[in-house]
Amino acid sequence: MSILVKEDTRILVQGITGDFGARHARLSLDYGSQVVAGVTPGKGGQVFEHAGKKVPIFNTVAEAAKQTGATVSAIFVPPPFAADAILECFDADLDLAVAITEGIPVRDMVRAKRAMAGRRTRLIGPNCPGIVTPGRGDKSSGGCRIGIAPGYIHRRGNVGVVSRSGTLTYEAVWQLTCRGKGQSTCVGIGGDPVNGTSHLDVIKLFNDDPETDAIIMIGEIGGNAEVEAARWIKAHCKKPVAGFIAGATAPAGRRMGHAGAVIGGAEDTAAAKIKIFEECGISVAATPSDMADALLRIWKG
Amino acid sequence: MKSQIHAGGRGKGTFTDGFKGGVKFSPTKEKALENAKAMLGNTLVTAQTGEAGRKVQTIYFTEAANLGKRPDGRDDEYYLAILLDRASSFPVIVASTEGGMEIEHVAHHTPEKIFKVQVDPAVGLQAFQARQIAFSLGFSGDLFKQCVTLVTKLYQFYWEKDCAMVEVNPLLVTKEGKLLALDAKVSFDDNALFRHPDVVALRDLNEEDAKEIEASKFGLSYIALDGNIACLVNGAGLAMSTMDIIQHFGGSPANFLDVGGGATKDQVTAAFKIILGDANVKGILVNIFGGIMDCNVIATGIIEAIKETGLKLPLVVRLEGNNVEAARPPSPLRA
Repeated sequence: MSILVKEDTRILVQGITGDFGARHARLSLDYGSQVVAGVTPGKGGQVFEHAGKKVPIFNTVAEAAKQTGATVSAIFVPPPFAADAILECFDADLDLAVAITEGIPVRDMVRAKRAMAGRRTRLIGPNCPGIVTPGRGDKSSGGCRIGIAPGYIHRRGNVGVVSRSGTLTYEAVWQLTCRGKGQSTCVGIGGDPVNGTSHLDVIKLFNDDPETDAIIMIGEIGGNAEVEAARWIKAHCKKPVAGFIAGATAPAGRRMGHAGAVIGGAEDTAAAKIKIFEECGISVAATPSDMADALLRIWKG
Repeated sequence: MKSQIHAGGRGKGTFTDGFKGGVKFSPTKEKALENAKAMLGNTLVTAQTGEAGRKVQTIYFTEAANLGKRPDGRDDEYYLAILLDRASSFPVIVASTEGGMEIEHVAHHTPEKIFKVQVDPAVGLQAFQARQIAFSLGFSGDLFKQCVTLVTKLYQFYWEKDCAMVEVNPLLVTKEGKLLALDAKVSFDDNALFRHPDVVALRDLNEEDAKEIEASKFGLSYIALDGNIACLVNGAGLAMSTMDIIQHFGGSPANFLDVGGGATKDQVTAAFKIILGDANVKGILVNIFGGIMDCNVIATGIIEAIKETGLKLPLVVRLEGNNVEAARPPSPLRA
């Protein structure tokens, strides 16, 4: 097993006719993922073609899901319209909406998250690299790639990776792969202050997943999501966890690229979070180059 | 008369020429002119500006208020703020009877004097919640009504203008029994500026770092710091942790710079020029893990930037990921 998505998960892409969405729809198709539908309002009936594959385009998410059996959406819609795209996934009762879009107004996300309550759809992101469950083919092809991560760096295996940051996820994944350790699923939860799924939500899924034997959790300054997850890990997690926190040198009050990465008070600095990680039995990587080794110090695979 | 700089602690600040106080009471026109001459163009150093201080280019005039007093003789000052509560993803109104000081100090020493009300974004601020705030601050009679009105309007402003935070400190009661927002800080969500041209019009470029302004023109996320090793990185998380790596090994980062996922050659060249515009920079570290970014674009951009700028500083480039093989062989940087 894996978490959230499997090799045969059927994917629709919202914004498939835009440059960004089209580019990554092609990369996902190349990886062997089941991209079965595109959604662009007003372009229903057109076809997205790539390497001999034809992906039908629909006007609405509900129609795309009904016609193709897609259960997961990858959202590449521009920021002013992205919250609307997310809400459309809730309305269509998809299993999962993965919002890649960066720069969605916080107010829009506050409303969208409120609207998520009581719905069956889980939201990942926004402002995230997406999800990869690596495949078993050459360079992990044949897996489920939703979003913008480079597919080839993965390898199928037993480490779960969860992170707010795209590039730090790739670093961790590549270090694992280079050491012969594969991944069950890699989840980028996004760098925004309001997101659909937290570190803790993903840690709980990994804890229950029989294929996941160990976990790397990557966090950063701002908020208390990593601390919440660490305390739960100490009390409940059956699996070894390594962690890294970015932003030790970040000045207080400045937004460090990610809108969520702002030090607000004493509790959300890197030093405070690292200390709590250590108290909770998490093996802490001193630098991002040390993430896989930090895990391998406490887990032999 | 208040010096308009983007930093707190103005009243207790000192100008670099020794003139004391960035906030002045001027009882006469002559005194106002004298104070304005002393403040305008002068550099104000406060607890929040750092040693360099900030040049005062604008002065805000407002009617002086007579502070009310509490029975124990203290000024009658309160605190009121609206911001996002990240744990719940709901807006939260924070109020305290202890105004005029750092709210973090109050939270640490007398947490029972801080009141919080969460606002459900599905329905917005309710009248009973505005009343809860007014009651919690101990108001009654006309002041109670004033407070309910103020909280209601402040929330409307926070929500409609996409504020990141609105903080009124101190909120005070005058001798005449009027509630007055004596000082306020308002910050806006950058992501929402596209729908608020009136907010964009308030932007004061004099208050921003020239290099950061230049970076924003190219869509680069850049923050100037005071170290001497510059870095150029893709992705916010990796950019932050590259700064951490520099410090971990005994250096000091000169900046945060995220070229983003879709950076073009022009952006990379611009990024290099901005880095090199910082005289403190003694070396440059490029750290790229190309997920969506083509490493070859970075390599080409770096080479162009070196040609254009005649780079003399030591440069270390680490490239990994998408199309890294194409980026390597022809590059003179490998030598």
